[in-house]
Amino acid sequence: MKNLRRWLEENETRALLALLFVLAIGCLCNADGAFFHWSTHRDMLRQVSVDGILACGMTLVIVTGGIDLAVGSNLGLCAVLFALVSLRGGHGAVAAIGAVLLAGTGAGLLSGTLVARFRIQPFIATLAMMVFARGMAKWISGGEKISQAVQAPDGNFVYVKLPAVFHAIDARVWGGNFAVVTLIFLGCVAVSWLVLAQLRYGRYLYATGGNEEAARLSGVPVARAKLLAYALSGCFSAVAGICQAAQEQQGDPEAGAGYELTAIAIVVIGGNSLMGGRGGMGLTLLGAMTIGYLEKILSINAVGESSRLMLTGLIVVAAVLLQRRKAG
Amino acid sequence: MPPRLLQLSGIGKSFGANRVLEGVCFDLHAGEVHVLAGENGAGKSTLIKVLAGIHGEYDGSIELAGRPVRFASPQEAGRQGISVIHQEMSLVDAMSVADNIFLGRELARRGGWWLDRGAQLRRAHELCRQLDLELEEEDLARPVGQFPLSVKNRIEIAKALCFEARILVMDEPTSALNRLEVEKLFVLMDAVKRRSCGIIYITHKMEEIYRVADRITVLRDGKWVGTAPVADCPESQLIRWMIGRELSGYIAPRAGLPRSEGMQPRLEVRNFHVPNLDPSRSDAVRDFSVDVGSGEIVGIAGLQGSGSTELFQGLFGAYGKVCRGKVRIDGEPFRPSSPRDSIRRGLAYLTADRKGSGLIPAMSVASNMSLAALPRVSPGGMLRRGTELAHAGRQAEALHIRLASLDQAVGTLSGGNQQKVVLAKWLETEPRVLLLEEPTRGVDVGAKQEIYALMRQWTAAGMALLLISTELPELLGLSDRIVVMHRGEVTGTFGRGEATPERILAAAMGAATPRDEDPPSSRAEMTGRALRWRESLP
Repeated sequence: MKNLRRWLEENETRALLALLFVLAIGCLCNADGAFFHWSTHRDMLRQVSVDGILACGMTLVIVTGGIDLAVGSNLGLCAVLFALVSLRGGHGAVAAIGAVLLAGTGAGLLSGTLVARFRIQPFIATLAMMVFARGMAKWISGGEKISQAVQAPDGNFVYVKLPAVFHAIDARVWGGNFAVVTLIFLGCVAVSWLVLAQLRYGRYLYATGGNEEAARLSGVPVARAKLLAYALSGCFSAVAGICQAAQEQQGDPEAGAGYELTAIAIVVIGGNSLMGGRGGMGLTLLGAMTIGYLEKILSINAVGESSRLMLTGLIVVAAVLLQRRKAG
Repeated sequence: MPPRLLQLSGIGKSFGANRVLEGVCFDLHAGEVHVLAGENGAGKSTLIKVLAGIHGEYDGSIELAGRPVRFASPQEAGRQGISVIHQEMSLVDAMSVADNIFLGRELARRGGWWLDRGAQLRRAHELCRQLDLELEEEDLARPVGQFPLSVKNRIEIAKALCFEARILVMDEPTSALNRLEVEKLFVLMDAVKRRSCGIIYITHKMEEIYRVADRITVLRDGKWVGTAPVADCPESQLIRWMIGRELSGYIAPRAGLPRSEGMQPRLEVRNFHVPNLDPSRSDAVRDFSVDVGSGEIVGIAGLQGSGSTELFQGLFGAYGKVCRGKVRIDGEPFRPSSPRDSIRRGLAYLTADRKGSGLIPAMSVASNMSLAALPRVSPGGMLRRGTELAHAGRQAEALHIRLASLDQAVGTLSGGNQQKVVLAKWLETEPRVLLLEEPTRGVDVGAKQEIYALMRQWTAAGMALLLISTELPELLGLSDRIVVMHRGEVTGTFGRGEATPERILAAAMGAATPRDEDPPSSRAEMTGRALRWRESLP
């Protein structure tokens, strides 16, 4: 009995229970058996992948006790950049991906510098970065979606060929059972897990979030740890931007608006503490599945967007309240 | 006989198994200043917190003007006329003086919805005139943040009186003030006494006690020791009351380790200055010099505000590169710049605040232990869990840490075991110089003895130890020499034979020397001069 209670108080258990709860709803409201089709689960994984990639970076930042509001805008900026370099510029896949990853990481480093060196509160620093990156996305795209349709000087539209890299990322592998973006998402989870659980710097991230003063006095390079977290978050949002551009076959300067909130919701529903210092990629993965299934179930049951948003909000609050009851 | 405002009888208070107050009695008459004295940890602050309604759970009774009361919250105590002037100001810097004075009890008109700023200004001005505060109406409309600390201090008292406080509690109100400001505060206290309020005054400064007190009550180890009118309580008796316990048997005397004269000291500190965090004020540590040899323990004695903590923080580089003076470790020059660098150079610093700056409560025992020496268990940046657990296991065994698993969160351990985990963290860095601040705070008796034994082991292994402890018996029992600090300056250095509790306490209270505006104490100056002289030799 005591063991059961202890088991119930584990964060992983709670995250798992939340996921099972959502799955149970899915079994009940199965939309005439649609929920039991493999394709439903496959599509859920594909649809949650971009948000999930953002949530990986968000987890790293939240573990240090910070928050990164700029990931959504950064995604938009990187999607536009990717389309410009690859679709319009005609550069190869490696060059395009490399350039976009560098740009995203740079944006993250900028946020990190504001937080770590200039000691601006993470919320404020990344809020500024969020607005700035969105503006930049609109500036470099001229406010237009960067798509195959190019307006020639005579006013007519000509269509350029979509580069192979777009098709490759949007493809499905293994008999169409796994989307490439899902594999990319799982890759990002693996990289984040490696950093958090296996590298010395991961320990620095936890220590910084757990007790910054104690960490500093123990010789932990607190500023560098924070820089790393925000830089990786920027890098992951660039990955997400590339995936988004490939899926939409265009670079939309409005892409990713509000995605930062979904990413935070995934991290929080998983049971990671917003205070920092605890949590891990396992929780974030469970959180991503929970949010993914929730949205999938609501959509196969043809629940309208308005109700879907309201329900999502209610469930996030419920998850946070659960987390607090444990602390108290 | 003026009326009795307050009567505390048989007050007792426990934190868990730790009994911090037992059967304490205290009373206060109208128009008197009653000084509450005692060493750090004697229970003064706890008693005040009971009185102010911060600790709701206590034994015994409180009578206010003959009426029994029991406060559930500070607000309730405030409504009944008890006001505590904190060392940390409770003023809102961005709000005006008048708004601050009336905060929470604003003067209002038209049914209580509209602020009556004019009336507030007039009433505040009237109050300031009564209290001889040199503040005009236009000053009262300025934000509090524009005034220096000393004026803020007095504004806080004015605020308390405006709330019709009958009982003022002042906890070390002069720690941040210079001599002139202190005099002004005392004048204000006289004005307060004339309004037939009573003042409970806590201080560590001998001179102040005899300047302001009408009566003195001394607490020791959470118990009442004595109450006497100031005329019947000379300095010698006061010190006896404050110490008054047998030292023998407290700590087994340390096996005498002859100080190796002529050998190079492990740690050399010369004319070390640590600036104050508030740059407008004088340095937190001034002209500190000490030598600590291999295997030696040098104790630093001092009461609150002595600067000993700042000395450790400065030496460890926690303030960055702001300290002046010369430091050498094993003869190599060392300039404190950051904790990371200090650790690399063989320094370790156990802070007094275990929860705030020692442990990372959410992390496991093993991770806490490896934190300061992570590169040792993560070659190439990859953590080796096996190596980490092996190291942690060895430390847990050597320090007799009782735990269920090395993976359990460190917050779930007892205080003594938590402290040992922090010690293990520092031992993992293989330090040459250990700075220990209150190594046995919040630790039970058994663990205390174990930590003392460990300290002896470390000295035998050649480490140099600097020890801050507010427990005099501990300091006397462990130290080879004791350096006493008072308000940032050294006021005495005592060898093993010379150190007595009376001498140390007198020096720590600055009784032997005048205050800081005066030249540094002759003794410190002479030591400094001698050292400078020695350095100038070829």
